[in-house]
Amino acid sequence: MAVISAGRLVSRRPADTIFRFATAACASIVLLLLAGMLIRTTWAAWPAFSHSGISIVTSNDWNPNINKFGGLSFIYGTLVTSVIALLIAVPISVLIALFLTEAAPPGLGRPLGYVVDLLAAVPSVVYGLWGVFVLVPFLTNDVWTPLSNHLSFLPLFSQFASGRDFATAGVILALMIIPIISAICREVFRTVPADERESALALGATRWEMIRLAVLPRSKQGVVAAVMLGFGRAVGETIAVAYLIGGVPNKITPHLFEQGSTIAANIALQFNEAASLPLFKAALIALGVVLFVITLIINIGARLIISRGGRAA
Amino acid sequence: VNSLARRRRRDRIMLGTMIFAVVVAIVPLGFILADVIAKGIGQLSASFFTQPEPFVATATGGGFAAGIRGTIKMVALGTLVAVPIGVLAAVYLSEYDPRGPLATVVRFFADVMTGIPSIFVGIFVFTAVVLTTHSFSSWAGGLALGILMLPVIVRTSEEALRLVPGSLREASLALGVRRWRTIWSVTLPTALPGITTGALLAIARAAGETAPLLLTAFGNQIMVPWGSWNGPEASLTLEIFTNSRSPFPAQQARAWTGALVLILGVLVLSLAARAVVERRTRAAR
Repeated sequence: MAVISAGRLVSRRPADTIFRFATAACASIVLLLLAGMLIRTTWAAWPAFSHSGISIVTSNDWNPNINKFGGLSFIYGTLVTSVIALLIAVPISVLIALFLTEAAPPGLGRPLGYVVDLLAAVPSVVYGLWGVFVLVPFLTNDVWTPLSNHLSFLPLFSQFASGRDFATAGVILALMIIPIISAICREVFRTVPADERESALALGATRWEMIRLAVLPRSKQGVVAAVMLGFGRAVGETIAVAYLIGGVPNKITPHLFEQGSTIAANIALQFNEAASLPLFKAALIALGVVLFVITLIINIGARLIISRGGRAA
Repeated sequence: VNSLARRRRRDRIMLGTMIFAVVVAIVPLGFILADVIAKGIGQLSASFFTQPEPFVATATGGGFAAGIRGTIKMVALGTLVAVPIGVLAAVYLSEYDPRGPLATVVRFFADVMTGIPSIFVGIFVFTAVVLTTHSFSSWAGGLALGILMLPVIVRTSEEALRLVPGSLREASLALGVRRWRTIWSVTLPTALPGITTGALLAIARAAGETAPLLLTAFGNQIMVPWGSWNGPEASLTLEIFTNSRSPFPAQQARAWTGALVLILGVLVLSLAARAVVERRTRAAR
């Protein structure tokens, strides 16, 4: 009966049908865009894929002058800088989120949360500008050089600090992903039921023990998703890294104080050179496709964890 | 008793560590803002907004009028593209079939899309528009920004629409008002503050984008007329990027002033977004 009357209503009211169809079409645009982006860019990158094949991601020989397009060093640089960023940002972000949700006095948590969120509002070009003129001199003189003097027996720190390197790019990426990871962690910690906290406290737990016993075990999945989203952001960040990485291809080295490059930074830095060279241009677009696939996998994984967590709760 | 003291000490140490983490995050933010103000305010004047860059690289004076105009044009185009599509998509997700297959998939991939690197969106528009028209253009840049804004607007608008009480919709429907008319005249106006907040946040984010514009609008030293959209154009961010990579102090100084203007603009938009929300929640109380 309901179905029949709904059908009659729809047929008598074309405006409703049209409006519903228009909204469904707009919703579909999101899906069409994602599919279209993948197809259009892969097509444009095809000359490079067919010229270099799998060696675009497996060979460490990027030399556009002789049509060598092995981008392994960019993948390496992307992973190294992003991992440095995570090593710095994850503990800090989790601790910030714990402080804001569990420990801060009620009047302080919200405004402090706004301030941490402001880190996300700073455009990446400003991070890059500030990074080059303020952070690089500071890190080089006061952190990297002492570090490499005292820890030169470790290959990680053995090279002289030039300032524009994997380590510096990792630090600026850490600053950029702290607000992302801590914002999601805050939401995750808030979903822990109050009675679990209270039962831990009622058993005589200190605040930290309550966090360890009630909050963190409940939040493992959400924190993992937050870390993955931060990782995805770090992997795709372009301009700030382009300022700070040095932009030197073919560097696969354990020395964190050497110049290198990342997928995204290399696309931005070499784009002008490639303008009149079709195969070079296609190779840069191919790097973009590789970057897209990597971030797509990371983001889909993170969102699957989040949506599964939501269903379980 | 001894172990209790140890547990309490551990508790205090961890609290101290948490506070330390907050400080570690806030101090760089303070330095960024302070440095941008200190290095940027010297050249800040009316002419920064009205004059283009001087053609001689070493010359002082001039401004980023070309980039400011380009940013306004391209962000406006992006907004015009993304807001109608995004809000209508959100209407489907929230009003028509929230738990249906299309809504579930679109919601999921809109979330995924917010994590796609902005430079990849630039590459896509480059291949789809710039390679096809054989020219960098303002409208290619605006389109790239619109694509970046779309998923944000879809998700924030959906949240805003969901907060509209069901009783409002039911009251309207019970009076015999048609579904689309109810959405148009009751649901959307009620959700407008929330939708506005989402749009302002998306605009703030788009205004700060550099990488996608590098591949689509490309940049330009001269002022492009408001009505001209088919050629390369500067944006505030592109001018900051190119000037800061110059060896000449005059250009570096302009880059800092550009960064100051950009940060002020983004902050004003973010605060405006927050103010819209706050006023609404106060009104609801």
